[in-house]
Amino acid sequence: MSDSNDPLVRFQEVQKSYDGETLVVKNLNLDVARGEFLTMLGPSGSGKTTCLMMLAGFEPATHGEITLDGKSINDVAPHKRGIGMVFQNYALFPHMTVFENLAFPLQVRGMNKAEMETKVKRALDMVQLGDFGNRRPAQLSGGQQQRVAVARALVFDPELVLMDEPLGALDKQLREQMQYEIKHIHESLGVTVVYVTHDQSEALTMSSRVAVFNDGVIQQIAPPDELYEQPENAFVAQFIGENNKLEGIIKEKNGSGCVVEIPGGGVVSALDVNAGNVGERSSLSLRPERVEINPEDGKYPNIFNGKVEELIYLGDHIRTRINVCGRDDFIIKVPNASGLTQLVEGSPVKIGWALEDCRALDA
Amino acid sequence: MSEQVMAATPHAVLAADGTPLKQRLQKTLRRRKLIAAGLVLPLGVFVFVTFLFPIFLMLFRSVDNPIIHENMPQTVAILEQWDGKGVPEEAAYAALVRDMVEARKNKTIGRVATRMNFEMSGVRSLITSSARKAKKMQPPFKDALIKANPIWGERDIWVTFKRLGNEYTATQYLAAVDMRYDSDNNIVQQDEDRQIYVTIFGRTLWISLAVTLLCLVLGYPVAYLLATLPAKYSNLLMIMVLLPFWTSLLVRTTSWIVLLQTNGVINELLVWLHVVADEDRLQMMYNQTGTVIAMTHILLPFMILPLFSVMKTIPPSYMRAALSLGANPVRAFVKVYAPQTVPGIGAGSLLVFILSVGYYITPALVGGRTGQMISNFIAFHMQKSLNWGLAAALGGLLLVGVMVLYWAYTKIVGVDNMKLG
Ligand SMILES: Nc1ncnc2c1ncn2[C@@H]1O[C@H](COP(=O)(O)OP(=O)(O)OP(=O)(O)O)[C@@H](O)[C@H]1O
Ligand SMILES: [Mg+2]
Repeated sequence: MSDSNDPLVRFQEVQKSYDGETLVVKNLNLDVARGEFLTMLGPSGSGKTTCLMMLAGFEPATHGEITLDGKSINDVAPHKRGIGMVFQNYALFPHMTVFENLAFPLQVRGMNKAEMETKVKRALDMVQLGDFGNRRPAQLSGGQQQRVAVARALVFDPELVLMDEPLGALDKQLREQMQYEIKHIHESLGVTVVYVTHDQSEALTMSSRVAVFNDGVIQQIAPPDELYEQPENAFVAQFIGENNKLEGIIKEKNGSGCVVEIPGGGVVSALDVNAGNVGERSSLSLRPERVEINPEDGKYPNIFNGKVEELIYLGDHIRTRINVCGRDDFIIKVPNASGLTQLVEGSPVKIGWALEDCRALDA
Repeated sequence: MSEQVMAATPHAVLAADGTPLKQRLQKTLRRRKLIAAGLVLPLGVFVFVTFLFPIFLMLFRSVDNPIIHENMPQTVAILEQWDGKGVPEEAAYAALVRDMVEARKNKTIGRVATRMNFEMSGVRSLITSSARKAKKMQPPFKDALIKANPIWGERDIWVTFKRLGNEYTATQYLAAVDMRYDSDNNIVQQDEDRQIYVTIFGRTLWISLAVTLLCLVLGYPVAYLLATLPAKYSNLLMIMVLLPFWTSLLVRTTSWIVLLQTNGVINELLVWLHVVADEDRLQMMYNQTGTVIAMTHILLPFMILPLFSVMKTIPPSYMRAALSLGANPVRAFVKVYAPQTVPGIGAGSLLVFILSVGYYITPALVGGRTGQMISNFIAFHMQKSLNWGLAAALGGLLLVGVMVLYWAYTKIVGVDNMKLG
């Protein structure tokens, strides 16, 4: 692996259309650094798989250039790109044993038998399936097939591995275990991974950076914590994690902050992230866990009185729906800790939050 | 796994009310089984009455040999004692005369003569003429008969008579493989100029193999396109594949005649283009070539459809996976895609082969003399020569052949692996 600081993969002004009428990917610019675990996250149909297919070479880009290791690969056939790939349905060859599946990429590279056997063995051990070489894919459980698929994509030492919703078919518990294992493999091998999912918790736990897609455009690309705590637009705020959305008109802008009037809900002071000009609409984003119950007067610029509508017991916290600021779907999370005020449905409640936790975004 | 459970619980498992679980389960399943049986019963009866029973009758006919036995009973009874040396005693001649008189009266002598004629060609008229004279004959009948026709003084006709007197016979099967009994009741090859059926069986096999192979070679790429093209194009292609099904078989076959005959479209075109000279036009019709071409065209859908149904279930990600692992497209196809289509190849080939082995109309119309297949001879014996026994024996051999083939196929590929649609 070269230690240069150049990105391994670069999308430059890439566009893609299947039918010549609509752009599925619109002007994509994206760099993937060496050794990075980059996740493409977005709702169904947002163009994630299409990007991956263009990178793998199964779909041509309609416009723009994709470079791998500094060289344009627009005209390189898929089998010459040397990119490992894990498919959603695993695509393990059903007529071959697990061993033969793993040996396949080595055979086509003309590797000698002894070397091949050690490599396959090592790859199988890596995914803890050392004894399963003689089985057929159909004789493995979903999780085991998944591991074989990962091992097969890595056995020929590619610099880059693509994974398209590889855990989509697994149940929750297995998925979490596999997330951990894939992350672990990524760290120990130092391979670059481009990963596609529409499960946001998966994206947040595994990635070094997450690119949030919507409608063929990257909305924001940032490390997970930044994405969650500092969403740059209303879509990202809404898509990642739980979010209270308040919509209003910008009344006043003062440096880093602004004041937004919520129709029928009072005036809120917020951090100006990318709000428009005074008089335009803006949507405010506020995480439920950043709202405090019964704050001391004057502690926050935003203090409101509301009414408790519904309490949902979730063990470690109580999800509370409040009618406040003219909305009745305002959610707060009350930790289930001793010594905290017990809320009662229908009773009034005072809540407040800091200016920095409330982000004024595009409408 | 289940064995372990069985071993761990030596006593039968009981249901909540104390009856053994197995018994209870059977009770609940019985109703369902009865309903299932009721649903298939009408078809079962239909298949039995119109298919299995006629086949059984036909096979029975291939060994059944009633004509001589029923119509010449006295002669048959006496010949049973005969040791087969020289010619029989006077008693046999007397019985023959009585039987012939009787048979002539019952108008069955013609059938007897025909049956004899199948074994000894040329004896038909001789027997009927002897029978005509039989009524006026005076003892000693031996001399009278030999005087009527010297053949009655020869041993051969009596040996044949005695053999055909048996109620059941393997003669038809022997005839179907170009064998016969000689005058000493040994099984020998048919005379060279009368050997035909082995050649015909061989030709049937060869034509069927050629048709199957051609269908596979031509059909495989089409099935691949059908399974992989976008729906817009594949639907159109599917209609073109199915179009022949909506056209009468006769129309399709005759249009091949129009195309392929000596003065047909293709030859005219080739002559016009000076590819071939006018005097040596290609013979593509009324021979094996014609049969193979027309049958390949007609049976092609039976290869394409099973192949298509298998290919449809192979997700495109397999090919992509193979490519991403570094295999070039040809290698990916050969090593990853093609092996997964084996069940379709097997099913399609078996279907086409079995259909072509028994094909009749097309070879009859375009086969000429050298393109005739075994079913054409079966039809000939059913309709023209009226030798139903031989027709049944030929059909029986064909049936056994197909069943052996099917058995071998299921042994090799496994019937569960076969995809017919
Ligand atoms: N082969 C194709 N032909 C035509 N349109 C396609 C094709 N593949 C995808 N599309 C369209 O392109 C858009 C993006 O599809 P894509 O598969 O990239 O979405 P995705 O983000 O991977 O969604 P998902 O999360 O559901 O997998 C969709 O509107 C889809 O209908
Ligand atoms: Mg997708």
